[in-house]
Order: sequence, then structure tokens, then C-alpha cells
Amino acid sequence: MSPVMTTESLFSAQFEAFIREKEDRSPAWLQRVRQMAFNRFQQMGFPTMEDEEWRFTPIHPITDTDFVPASAAPVAITVGQLEPFQFAGMEYSQIVFVNGRYSPELTCLHPLPKGVQVGSLAAHLSDDPDTADTYLARFAAQDTHAFAALNTAFMDDGAFVYIPRSVVVEEPIRLLFVSATENAPTVSHPRVLVVAGANSRCSLIESYVGVQRDVYLTNAVTEIVVGENAVVDHYKTQRESMDAYHVSYTHAQLSRNANFRSHSITLGGGLVRNDVYALLNGEGIDCTLNGLYLVNGRRLVDNHTTLDHARPHCSSHQIYKGVLDEHGRGVFNGKIYVRQDAQKTDAKQTNQALLLSDNAQINTKPQLEIFADDVKCTHGATVGQLDADQLFYLRARGIDREDARSLLIHAFAMDILDRIQIEALRRALDEVMLAQLPKPH
Amino acid sequence: MSSATNTIEELALQDYKAGFVTDIEIDTVPKGLNEDIIRIISAKKREPEWMLEWRLKAFRKWLTMKEPQWQNVHYPPIDYQDAYYYAAPKSMADAPKSLDEIDPEVRRTFEKLGIPLEEQKMLAGVAVDAVFDSVSVATTFKEKLRELGIIFCSFSEAIQEHPELVRKYMGSVVPYSDNYFAALNSAVFTDGSFCYVPKGVRCPMELSTYFRINALNTGQFERTLIIAEESAYVSYLEGCTAPMRDEHQLHAAVVELIALDNATIKYSTVQNWYPGDKEGRGGIYNFVTKRGKCAGVNSKITWTQVETGSAITWKYPSCILQGDNSVGEFYSVAVTNNRQQADTGTKMVHIGKNTRSTIVSKGISAGRSQNTYRGQVRVNRGAAYARNYSQCDSLLIGDRCGAHTFPYIDVRNTTSTVEHEASTSKIGEDQIFYCRQRGLSTEDAVNMIVNGFCKEVFRELPMEFAVEAQKLLGISLEGSVG
Repeated sequence: MSPVMTTESLFSAQFEAFIREKEDRSPAWLQRVRQMAFNRFQQMGFPTMEDEEWRFTPIHPITDTDFVPASAAPVAITVGQLEPFQFAGMEYSQIVFVNGRYSPELTCLHPLPKGVQVGSLAAHLSDDPDTADTYLARFAAQDTHAFAALNTAFMDDGAFVYIPRSVVVEEPIRLLFVSATENAPTVSHPRVLVVAGANSRCSLIESYVGVQRDVYLTNAVTEIVVGENAVVDHYKTQRESMDAYHVSYTHAQLSRNANFRSHSITLGGGLVRNDVYALLNGEGIDCTLNGLYLVNGRRLVDNHTTLDHARPHCSSHQIYKGVLDEHGRGVFNGKIYVRQDAQKTDAKQTNQALLLSDNAQINTKPQLEIFADDVKCTHGATVGQLDADQLFYLRARGIDREDARSLLIHAFAMDILDRIQIEALRRALDEVMLAQLPKPH
Repeated sequence: MSSATNTIEELALQDYKAGFVTDIEIDTVPKGLNEDIIRIISAKKREPEWMLEWRLKAFRKWLTMKEPQWQNVHYPPIDYQDAYYYAAPKSMADAPKSLDEIDPEVRRTFEKLGIPLEEQKMLAGVAVDAVFDSVSVATTFKEKLRELGIIFCSFSEAIQEHPELVRKYMGSVVPYSDNYFAALNSAVFTDGSFCYVPKGVRCPMELSTYFRINALNTGQFERTLIIAEESAYVSYLEGCTAPMRDEHQLHAAVVELIALDNATIKYSTVQNWYPGDKEGRGGIYNFVTKRGKCAGVNSKITWTQVETGSAITWKYPSCILQGDNSVGEFYSVAVTNNRQQADTGTKMVHIGKNTRSTIVSKGISAGRSQNTYRGQVRVNRGAAYARNYSQCDSLLIGDRCGAHTFPYIDVRNTTSTVEHEASTSKIGEDQIFYCRQRGLSTEDAVNMIVNGFCKEVFRELPMEFAVEAQKLLGISLEGSVG
């Protein structure tokens, strides 16, 4: 028998080359972190459907593909190609990455308040390696999550955002990750580190887009550190190519009285897995994790969220909604974890799925794990179709069946978009969503 | 509140009331598990060849299987070679011809437990099959039931007298290869109850099995098979207790229910195995596979369970809703205290059209216990217009216990509706205050609130059982509210 080249060994070869290339350019601690993460990845291997956390998500399309590192296959992206992904009628700073690598030509930063840093992670690592050492790879689950480990091993470029103590950034900061390939499928491992100091305030829009129908893998990890009393609004919009694979892991580390709101809007990607983990590590934290996903064709979107209530007197709110059509598959797994001393926790989770086709499938698992007694925790999950009464109501008013359906589906999804605070972003997403929802024939 | 806490804690510390040991001579097979042991068990029970073959097939399958690890309970590895797989009162060697010939010690045991084996003393008419360690010692009201064509007897007897029914249905709902513990049970099961209700018959009395573990170091492996033919109705109760011992004992049962067209089966359990002491020493490992199949149209299976005992409870009474319009229901109260662990719930598999299922689960955890609800609702593509409603509520008493909910929902068609709700809370100080203000002691108030919390489930229990369940709940939680 001839040895079969597995994806693990493919990544091994890539890692060997990568770590050698970086040997002279990266600080020793970073090389160590990369090496440890890769060792951990090799121990774990890629998850299979035997793993409880990946039970409904077959990742063989990813493991069966021979990806080349995106850095080895550079592509040129023009400003025009990014036009469809911009928001009209709003001022914002934008930092752009092409296949995971910082693109100074496409980036457009407005003047930012004093001390605020928005830039490339690679540049930051070479200019000021010590601050990065304080935060980078301190939080993400590279020990338990194979893809996060892989990202950490290949961690090189991505975005770095630093908001100093008591600084308010009014304009949203947008991190735009563009992917495109020319020949072979590529893999990129973008890394984002956001540090919001105490009493600061900012809005972030983290976008992943594909400019054409390509096959590639984006394996992203985002670490967000929110200081005491800080307010961070985080939006992750994902419009990758419909054939692309997107795996992301977002970790939010929250301190006392912080206010963190995150919205994850998944409109693209053929096989998508999003993990969001929020650690409520101080009293009085308010955390919101909302999400919306649209699935059609033979796509699969898997959302895993964990709210880890580690301290008392925190509240969390969560609403996830999915619209599934054709042969689409959706997976939702929402875990609320209340540790022993996290008394007076108030956690609420809702997850709803709308099935529009008999071939669509949803696997949902809302989970509560509670170790404290004085808490209020609820979750609700519903799976269903459009309400017959509502359809009737509209039809009785002369709206035809197809229009009535579209109207109701749109209303179902708008519930999440309406929670977005940035109006231009909401409008832009609504437009894209409308184009994607089943249209009247 | 602190004085109230004390009272409640005192209450919780009350002892296990069924923990005595009956001193009788027992007949066992040597310790350990291998094909020879299985042959001995089979020979002792004078079983036909096909039965032995089935056991050996299951045993060989079991050897290839691994003990599952996914559950949310923790226990040291079980040494399957360090247990007896068969124990029967010596006096059973020549089977007693009638109820009067039962060993008086055994009879006294059941009397002490409040299970009458004499028919004239029966309450409102409950027929009992009493299982002592590995064998069924008595079945009451057999004759009366036979007049209606109902077969109610021990499993061993059914193998001898109704082999065609046993062969047809045994393993049809829970195949021997189903899971690790079902395979173990299929290999070594010793007795259990068998019930067959013919077409159109409504069973006039509650049927009941009472399981008692007595012997040391024995595992109890019983099998229950209930078949309701077309338009039949049967309500079945199961109760269990065990002596207090420092060692853990394994109880791995299999229950199979089959409901044909328009038939209804109601299966109620009050599980009160010895839960172990406050430090978690001793107690029964209750690893049970229970599954019902609504094979016919309009059939209905209801599981009601009150789980208060066992060091570890790990079971998921399930319904396979195969017939169109069939209905599956699951009502559960699971109480854990001290260091008990429970991972229980249900599985509703919707296959037929217009199938409906309801899940109401109430978990109460106190002390340092862990209580988990784990359930699955699966709607297949062909299950048009399926409907499910699930509700899981947890009540936490004390700040060192845990309550967990793991519902899995898999839906594959557009016409079905699935709803799931869960909440976790504690007994509110305002609720206690309200009751105290009206002259109730804290203890009574807590009892009342807990009973109210469980009311939806108790309502489903047959009357005598509901009374017992309420009492048990009181005992299990005594002294644990804060």
C-alpha cells in the first residue's frame, strides 16, 4: 500500500516551511507559541463526526482538498472589485487584507483619536512584540479546537486594533478580509486581536468576502479583550464565495461592567463553522450574542456559541435565527455555562429556524450547564415553517401567496438585522439578504 | 432564611427507608462473565437452544463494544468480572407451585416494602410480579387475567410457555446490538416481566413489577417485554428498591414496549434504588435501556418516571413513532441529592405522518448532585405534520449542585413544528415568604412548592403511585432547601 497524503501531513509540510521561513524574523516567544499550537494540532488531528462538537458537520470537503498557502499564490484585487462590499452613506475607516495579508493600497484609514492603533498584525509584531505577547494567543482555544490550533500555528498577519483607556472611537472600524484564488484552492489563517482599554468605546465590523466563485479555506481566529466599563459593538459579516470553506473562532474576554454586543451575519460560504466564545470574567457584564444565517443550495452553516458566566451579577442575551431552503443544512449549538459562584446570572437564549424546503435540515442543541442556584436561565428553540394564519391574513388582503411568503421570511430575518446599531450596515445587509432570500416567481 | 435552610437540610438528611437486607440462602453462579457463565444461567433456567444462541450472540457482540463515554456522569471503571450474574433464593430451586409456597423470608421482605403478595389483601386491584435478585418469585392475579386472555408472567415462564411471542418480539425494539448495556443485558438477563394484551382487551387492573436487589455483589439484569395488540390498553407500573451497601451495584435492564394499531401503553416507574450515602459511597448504578415502538396507527405510548434513587441514573425512555397519528409522551421528575448523578431524558423519533410527542421533564438537584436532561427529538422527512412540544425545567436547591440541559433537535421537513423550552430557577424567597405568611412552616412550604413544580408529571401517574411518588419526593429532598 502506498502512503496516502493526508491533510494533516499536508499541513505538516507547510508548517515546516513556514516555521523555517520565520525563524530569523519572528521573536522567540512567537515561534514557541506557533510550535506548541502545531504540536497540539497534530495530537488532536482534524475533528470527525465522532466528536460531540462536530457531530453534524462533516468536514471531509476540507480535509479532502489539497490547499496551498495563500501567501504562495498572490492575487491582485482592485478597488472596483470591493465596491459591492462597501456601505453607502457612512464614514468609516477600513483596513483591507487580501488572502489574509495586509494590503496597504486598498486600506483607507481616517484620522483616529490619539493613541488608537489600527493596523496590520504582522507590522505590529515586528514593531512592538511585547504588547502582542501580553494578549496574543492567550485566550483562543488552541488547546481544544483543532482549527484554532492550526490558525495559531500559522499565525502571521491579520488585524491589530488597540483602543487606549477612556478613548471613544465614534466611526466604526472595518476589517475587511478579501479572498480570491487563481488556480489551486488556497488556505489563509487571518488573525485578529482587538484590545479595548477600560472605559473605551468602539464599533468593529469584521467582514469576510469572496470576490468570485472560488474554492478556498478561510480559517480565522479573533480575540477581543474588553476592559472594565468598555463598550464594544462587534459585527461579523460573512459573504464568502458560495463554494468556499469558512471556519472561524471568536473569543471575547470581558472584564467588570463591560458591555459587549456581537452580531454574526452569515450569508455566504459553502461549508461554514463559526465558534463564538464569551467569557464573562467580572461582575456586572452585559453580553449579547446574536446571529442570522441563510442557507440554500447544498450549503451547511454551523454556529456554535458558548456563554461562560464565570462571575456573579452578569446578564446575557442571545437570539439566533436561521432560514433554510433547498438542500441547505443548519446546525446550532448554544451553550450557557454558569459556574458555581456566578450567582444572580440572568441568561436568556432563543434560537429559531425556518425550514422552507423538505430537503433542508436543521440540527439544534441549546444547552444549559448550571452550577449555581440563584440564577435565571432560559432557553427556547423552535423549528417550523411560516405561520398559516399570517399567510392567510396577507392573502385575505389581496397579496398573492409568493409575495406573502417573501414578506414573512423577510420579516423573520429582519428581526436580527433590526438589532444592528449602524444604519448603513443594516441597509447594506438587508439589500444583500433580499437578493438571497427566495423570490416570488 | 438561614433557619429555613437548616430545616430543609435536616429534611434532606433523612435515611433511605428500604435499605434493609434479607437474610436468606441464595443460589448463585460463580463470579465473572464468560460464555460458560451464560451457559450455566441458561441451563439453570432450562431455556431452549434458541435462547442460549441469542444470549451468546449478544455476548460476543458485547465483547467487541466499548463502554460509552459521552454521558455527563462520572464513575470509576466497572470490573465486569467482579460480580455475580445470577442470584436466586435457594428455595426457588423447586419453583413454588402457588403463592403460599414462597419462602416466608422473601414474602416478609415484600411485606416490609408494602408490596402485598396475597391477592385478597390487594388494594384497588394491582397485579404484581415480584422480582427478587435474579428471579421472579411471585405473580399475583395471573388466573384472573388469563380469563381475559392477558398473559402476565415472569420472563422465564414466557420463554417456556409462549416462545412464539417471545421470539417474535424480543429484540425487535431494542436489538441486542443496540448499546453496550443492552448487549450485556441480552447476554446475561435472568428474569423480568412479560405481558401480552390481546386484541381489543382493556386490562382491568394496573400491572406492576416490583424489583428488589438483595444479594451482595450481584448485578441485576432484567428484561421487560410488553405487547399491546390492536386496540388493547394496559397500564404498567414498576418499582424498585435495594439494601444499603458500601459497594456499588450495577442494574442494567432492558424494557421493550410494542403498541399495535390503536393500542395504548402507559408505563410508569417509581425508581428508588439505594442512592448511596451522603459521601457518595455505595448505591446502584442504574443504566437502563427503555424503548417503546408505536408500530400501529393511532397507537400511544406514555412514559412516566419518578427517579429519586440510584447513585447514578442513566436512562432515556424513548418512543419510536412509526404508525401514522401515533403519540409519544414522556413525563419525568428526576430528583438528585447528596452526590447522586442523573443523566436522563428521552428520544422521540417521528417516522409516521401526523405523529405527536410531548416531553415534560422536571429536574430537581440538591446537595452536591448533578442532574442532566438529555433528549432528542428527531423528525424524519416522511413525518409530515409532526408536532413536538418539550419543556424542561430545573430547580436548584443549594449552591453546590448542578443542572444541565442538552436537547438535540433534528428536523428534516417543512410541515412539522418543534418547540423546546427550558428554564432553571430556584425556590424564590418570595414564594416561601408568601407561604410562611399564611402560617405554613418552611418545610411544608418547600414541599408544597416542589410538589407544585412536579404536578404536571404526578398527574400522569396512577393514583397509588402518585401518592407514593409525592412521599418519596418529600423524603429525597428533606433538608435541602435554602
